[in-house]
Amino acid sequence: MQLYDAVLDSRLLLGTARYPSPAVLEASVRASGAQVVTVSLRRESSGERAGQGFWNLIRGLEVRVLPNTAGCHSVKEALTTAHMAREVFGTPWLKLEVIGEDDTLQPDVFGLVEAARILCAEGFQVFPYTTEDLVVAERLLEAGCRVLMPWGAPIGSGRGLNNLLGLRAMRAHFPGVPLIIDAGLGLPSQAAQALELGFDAVLVNTAVAQARDPVAMARAFAQAVEAGAAARAAGPIEARDFAVPSTPVIGTAFRG
Amino acid sequence: MRVAVLGAGVAGLTCALELRAAGAEVELHERSPEHAVRGCSWYAGGMLAPWCEAENSGELVAALGQEGLPWWRARVPAAAWGGTLLVAHPRDRAELAQFGRRTARFEVLGAQRVGVLEPELAGRFADGLYFPDEGHLDARAALDTLRTQAAGAGVTLRFGSEGPAAGAVAVRVDCTGFAARHSLPQLRGVKGEMVLLRHPELSFTRPVRLLHPRLPVYVVPRGEGTYLVGATMIESEEGTRVSARSLLELLSAAYALHPAFGEAEVLEAGTAVRPAFPDNQPRLEWRGSTLFVNGLYRHGFLLAPALARRAAQAVLDGRHFPEVMDANPAQRRLA
Repeated sequence: MQLYDAVLDSRLLLGTARYPSPAVLEASVRASGAQVVTVSLRRESSGERAGQGFWNLIRGLEVRVLPNTAGCHSVKEALTTAHMAREVFGTPWLKLEVIGEDDTLQPDVFGLVEAARILCAEGFQVFPYTTEDLVVAERLLEAGCRVLMPWGAPIGSGRGLNNLLGLRAMRAHFPGVPLIIDAGLGLPSQAAQALELGFDAVLVNTAVAQARDPVAMARAFAQAVEAGAAARAAGPIEARDFAVPSTPVIGTAFRG
Repeated sequence: MRVAVLGAGVAGLTCALELRAAGAEVELHERSPEHAVRGCSWYAGGMLAPWCEAENSGELVAALGQEGLPWWRARVPAAAWGGTLLVAHPRDRAELAQFGRRTARFEVLGAQRVGVLEPELAGRFADGLYFPDEGHLDARAALDTLRTQAAGAGVTLRFGSEGPAAGAVAVRVDCTGFAARHSLPQLRGVKGEMVLLRHPELSFTRPVRLLHPRLPVYVVPRGEGTYLVGATMIESEEGTRVSARSLLELLSAAYALHPAFGEAEVLEAGTAVRPAFPDNQPRLEWRGSTLFVNGLYRHGFLLAPALARRAAQAVLDGRHFPEVMDANPAQRRLA
């Protein structure tokens, strides 16, 4: 899988928030095999010495950091956070979130496109958190995004792929664009389903971090993602309306 | 044996008392010149809630916390033992169910029982959990009580003192929290902020926790209409500024619990840096003749007695407690 100029083996991306402890976070990242973790930047943690302990731990994981603009509600806020993130983490990668609605944490797609245009022009490699809307996706690609991150369901809801029809259409419409399901997955089976549908990768956070045993759940997601990708590559059969015997009828013993 | 305890927060005071009770000659040194030491203990919620904390802090914290409850009953008569009430708005009901699955010793409450336990919340919350065996205390008053007891027991108290250098006394017990980070490289700081409110007409009798996916908040009654609302958890080692956003979050949560908090007087906003190891578990660690008691994180009052008891026996009898002293974190659990 290629995301901008990075070629990655793992199709699982992991968020770093809400774990019981940094030690559990570290063990979960290792168990997941993830090569990319998202990190949200809070203004108060970016100053001198503040948050040093946590950043050291993230650096020690030796994975790519995808800073995000989680919790930003306006273009301006997202731009400010993006600039701080580039400075702190020294990467052009940015997961762009512009939240439009507090109950569903649904992206403000208008602000998203606007911010993406500005940030791409500034040399950021933007991973926009978007919906399955095809027109918005088109605009994001025009703005310079080379990866899209559609939601499965509202952030943290654990509901899986809510709009299968829309997500299938998106996959079919953008065959060459890396698509990563971001948000809403609660179970490994849902991650496997995303990969089976042809999505390139999934990003999970809450489902792992808030599990009773996050490390075991991280491993389960890694296995599911691997299974889903393998199934996709193996060419699944089409679903049918009626039974098809798996043993041919012709030639079987005649039962009078 | 002559022992110097460094730091007069809850860890230092409990260690001094336990060492003294076991026969050591104890001097307690505190860097701050004032009795009101502005560290984590000063800003603590003072909840003695091992079953609530079990939800995300693990079995060891729960077990050590339960072990410490009788100590608090005996040492601080002013502590209250009315349990803890946990409530959630209907949209966060899933959080309540998840919380219940990860802990024990609680009753599931419907709207009526919530109203019976805390009449202020009658008709406001349809779901709750009640932890009847938990308690709470006024952290600042409790520190005062412990300091008086220490002085009465013959502990020498020295304020404005960094304490003796290593080697000048037989043993040093370092309870200086985040200030010990230069000796303990794995230690990190987690910033916490709190607000103290006063509303004379509100009459909560026990700590109430409001479950919320973003910021779980507690409101602890401090008597005479004052309430401590806490606490944020931010991976930051800056411990002097309270941010507007944190205030907004804490006050919104208090307001969501009861709108009358909107009329409350803001008495104080405070912040401190909690010391935590990467696994967020407490440790006792020997470095030469200094025993570090650290990593109490969000659980200073809850964990202090059980750790102080172990520290005293480690110092005086050379005992080893694998659950808090083993070099391998996987081994650090209670038998």
